[in-house]
Amino acid sequence: MSIMTELGRRDRVFDFLTPTQSPVDVRHGPILYMEDVSVSFDGFKAINNLNLTIDDGELRCIIGPNGAGKTTMMDIITGKTRPNTGSVWFGSRHNLLAMSEPDIATLGIGRKFQKPTVFEALTVFENLELAMAADKRVFPTLTARMTGETRDRIDEVLTMIGLTALRHRDAGILSHGQKQWLEIGMLLMQKPRLLLVDEPVAGMTEQEMERTAELLTSLAGKQSVVVVEHDMGFVRSIARKVTVLHQGSVLAEGTMDQVSNDRKVIEVYLGEGA
Amino acid sequence: MSIIRSLTQWLFVCCLALPLMAQAQAESQPAGDNGQALLQALADSSNAQKGQVLSDIAKSGDERARDWLEAFASGKLSRVEDSGQFVIVLENRGRNWKVKDALTGESMGEISRRDLDNIRINNALRRELDGILSVIDLTVDNADTRLEAARAIRGRVDEAMAERITTLLETESDDRVSDVLSESLAIYRVEQGDVASVAQLSGSLNTEARAALTTVARGDDPAMVKAANEALASIEQKLKWNRAAETLYFGLSLGSVLVLAAIGLAITFGVMGVINMAHGELIMLGAYTTWGMQQLLPGQPGLALLLSIPAGFMVAALAGIAIERSVIQFLKGRPLETLLATFGISLILQQLVRTVISPLNRTVITPEWMSGSIMVNEALSLTLNRLYIIGFALIVFAGLMLIMRKTRLGLEVRAVTQNRAMARSMGIKATKVDIMTFALGSGVAGLAGVALSQITNVGPNLGQNYIIDSFMVVVFGGVGNLWGTLLAGLSLGTINQLLEPWAGAVLAKIVVLVFIILFIQKRPRGLFPQKGRAAEG
Amino acid sequence: MQSSQSFLARPFTERSTQLFLGILFAAMAVVTVLHLAVPEGSALYVSAYTITLLGKYLCYALLAVAVDLVWGYLGILSLGHGAFFALGGYAMGMYLMRQIGDRGVYGNPDLPDFMVFLNWQELPWYWQGFDMAWFAFIMVLLAPGILALVFGFLAFRSRVTGVYLSIITQALTFALMLAFFRNEMGFGGNNGLTDFKDILGFDLRTDATRMGLFLATGVALAIGYVICRIIVTSKLGRVSVACRDAEARTRFLGYRVERVQLFVFAVSAMLAGVAGALYVPQVGIINPSEFSPLFSIEIVVWVALGGRATLYGAVIGALLVNYAKTVFTGVMPDAWLFALGALFVLVTVFLPKGIAGLLPSLKKKPQDDDSTPPSTAKEVTA
Repeated sequence: MSIMTELGRRDRVFDFLTPTQSPVDVRHGPILYMEDVSVSFDGFKAINNLNLTIDDGELRCIIGPNGAGKTTMMDIITGKTRPNTGSVWFGSRHNLLAMSEPDIATLGIGRKFQKPTVFEALTVFENLELAMAADKRVFPTLTARMTGETRDRIDEVLTMIGLTALRHRDAGILSHGQKQWLEIGMLLMQKPRLLLVDEPVAGMTEQEMERTAELLTSLAGKQSVVVVEHDMGFVRSIARKVTVLHQGSVLAEGTMDQVSNDRKVIEVYLGEGA
Repeated sequence: MSIIRSLTQWLFVCCLALPLMAQAQAESQPAGDNGQALLQALADSSNAQKGQVLSDIAKSGDERARDWLEAFASGKLSRVEDSGQFVIVLENRGRNWKVKDALTGESMGEISRRDLDNIRINNALRRELDGILSVIDLTVDNADTRLEAARAIRGRVDEAMAERITTLLETESDDRVSDVLSESLAIYRVEQGDVASVAQLSGSLNTEARAALTTVARGDDPAMVKAANEALASIEQKLKWNRAAETLYFGLSLGSVLVLAAIGLAITFGVMGVINMAHGELIMLGAYTTWGMQQLLPGQPGLALLLSIPAGFMVAALAGIAIERSVIQFLKGRPLETLLATFGISLILQQLVRTVISPLNRTVITPEWMSGSIMVNEALSLTLNRLYIIGFALIVFAGLMLIMRKTRLGLEVRAVTQNRAMARSMGIKATKVDIMTFALGSGVAGLAGVALSQITNVGPNLGQNYIIDSFMVVVFGGVGNLWGTLLAGLSLGTINQLLEPWAGAVLAKIVVLVFIILFIQKRPRGLFPQKGRAAEG
Repeated sequence: MQSSQSFLARPFTERSTQLFLGILFAAMAVVTVLHLAVPEGSALYVSAYTITLLGKYLCYALLAVAVDLVWGYLGILSLGHGAFFALGGYAMGMYLMRQIGDRGVYGNPDLPDFMVFLNWQELPWYWQGFDMAWFAFIMVLLAPGILALVFGFLAFRSRVTGVYLSIITQALTFALMLAFFRNEMGFGGNNGLTDFKDILGFDLRTDATRMGLFLATGVALAIGYVICRIIVTSKLGRVSVACRDAEARTRFLGYRVERVQLFVFAVSAMLAGVAGALYVPQVGIINPSEFSPLFSIEIVVWVALGGRATLYGAVIGALLVNYAKTVFTGVMPDAWLFALGALFVLVTVFLPKGIAGLLPSLKKKPQDDDSTPPSTAKEVTA
């Protein structure tokens, strides 16, 4: 190869021109591997030798008592917290530990926070607009125009989350449950390969919970979904496979019936309650 | 007990004996002694001979010799032209001078200037005389006077004096004095080319010793040059350590000022999360309280200063409570607005002082027990006021630590900061805790002001000069961590002092500011960050 | 808001921008007419002095707009914008200094007076090029822009936000003030740069030049305002608000928060620089006091008084406070700091939305070309 061609490859000179999005490699099945991950805060081991594998298209529920490390686990996957040891891979190609939060998000991991976090000063419509998969660098964002296609996509999601009527209201006026849905809607706009959903039904009525369950189960298959939830009824209604976390590592894994009959799990939960 | 008793008895005896001894001395001086002869010789000899006469006078052992020589040195020894009587001029203003008899010490009233014949002195003699006077002082009873005299003759020893010193050394009982004397002797011998004495000067911090060594190091004798250079190297090394110790001392003293200024902020900002831009003005109030106290108690600056400590605390604490109640409580959870509002308060307070007191700086008197310095060795002396401030800062810090760790208030403060709702549900009155905490932080700012009044100008801008530094210290140390504040303050002070020699004061300050700006980029939560999920909020 | 127009055209369809530009240009026209057409003795006559004063206010207004852009929309309370203002001012001051040529006190054609006074033999390297207007004008943008980029890069990359950021911006301007006070820096030390003679060949002391500078400042304010509107009405503007309100969430949506912050911060710094550059020829001096932390924090209170995140509020606040300052310092100078201090307290405690918050009609969002008008949505929820 001549030097000129080499120099012409501007993406090798300027790292911001390097294509960041390469397809996620899931030919081997799993979309997420976590191996021997440990993290500690001030000597307290929040995650201790955690091993977890999520298959492509799977819907997985993660349960566990308070302080089991569920939220910290999500922090690690989304790049917010760096583990002390271990490795985390997205598909078999992307090392998540070497990536920043926006990169991880762009790669296709969406996250719903425990406390619903939407942009309260923006309208519902604008919240979804910002979440939409698009070129999210500064200048394309500055010059971005609304296209019919975008609008259709937003309308579609608005219908799914039942907020069509409130589309031009500030997100700040929404009820707690509506905020939860808006946040799930924002996740959907991102078209992620993997959704991390932290306590999606907290503060929801029975009816709202049912609709959320429907929404999440309908996503599985196309996307992989990881749900962290306290509400056992809800977990039972959607779960195919359940992982029980305890003191930062996996205590048990299997169907809901399997884990709820597991002696160690019963001990931990009863021990908690007693 | 018995020792004390016998000591007391002994003292008692001494007290009785002293006047008797004085009387005995006075009687032992016969009139018309050889004093007249000595002075006559001094007055009538040529300048070249006077040197000899002077040492004769010194060796005479006469009690009055010191008086004569001192008068001679300052040109006040005269002879009355008519009577040939020697007098010492007490006051030489106007036409008639007040004089006393040089031999008896009795006042002779005033004598016309024209009737007096001054006994002249030249510079060479004056130098010689200085040495002679010191030698006389070497024989007095008071060890401190002897020490001073011993220091004074260093580098001025001549052959005759060397002999005298050698004899004196045999009887000298005070170690400090004999050390200085033997050093003087060594300097003389080195100057004379004695290689063996060089070793004695090795490590000496005295400038005369260094000068002597430097001179002989330029000489021709290779053995001497080598030895002198070695000694000089060891002196240089020792000086380097002393300079380092001095920088460290200045650094620590500047650092403890920073700690004092910042530690109150560490409470209000670090623990409560309240940004109080008027913190500097609370410091200013403390300083003005000191000034006010000294105005109330004229002539007793020390007492006023001591009283200012509780007073300054109270004034600043009350001002803090006023600020908290009137403004800050309405801005809970809005840190940026709190910052702006308290900045407004700082402007008002500054202007208030300008209008009510004066736009000019006020003078705060430093009490005697705080001025002066401690001499560690000849190259290193520590100023007392800074030493007091270092101590004061440490005491205040320890006090705060105790309050936060060991008292009910500290416990409640920590509970409220960690989980306000939970603390309230457990019966802690969060509002009261807020007030108390803010008062504590503000009061400490007042204490800082009291301390600062001793080393800096007390004026309306006093607070402004410290507010940015204080915030830097708290942020650098890690918000919410008192130990961090202590370490950050001391280390920033030291860094500043280390930089000053080659960068100058202003540039050093700039460098430190830039350093902190860069440091915060690297460690946004300071030296000692609070970790874990709680810190994310 | 979700307009399909070009991002450049969007502000002009907004009622608030139309109104703002209308009022601004109308006011400029009125002042011009009153100065040129009304006889000097008349009560309506606007003197050249007043015009320069108004020009100074407009500079402050542009500076306030710049601060509002980062504070109101990005949530970054900069206590160091005076530094960018001053840097722009110094760039302009250096150009004006070189224009003096040999008309200085010492008559040295190559060196400004203060350098001759300090016995400097030649022009320092960083003064090279400032005799050319185009170079100086580029530096008016670049000097504050580059400082903002470097500082912002370091700060935003390590996610220094909130109060921490405010404090280090204050430290930044404080450090710069100390630095510019030094004679060795080569910017005139304590006295700064002054004794300017002319700009682009026009004598600074003539009324016509003053008039021209006033109008140029008005136009600069209009352009600066429109630039800010372009940013805040774009998707990037909404991302900024997102960063302001929920930084972590924005990051998880895939936006590089630090780059958004850096871009907006740098634009704001350059606007501040332009404001400073226009300020210097009108007041005739630039010295290190413009770097003082007090000045920077004062700008913030203009914005707070006018109302954050509106941009026009910043303009209102800047004009009001500075007019008040002129009046106060003329009548009873001692009272000014009391008034300013009280303003800080009262605005933050009683008027968190500022004056703009009292003007609800302008706050209403303009209709967009979306298929469902907002009013329908409101009826449904009502």
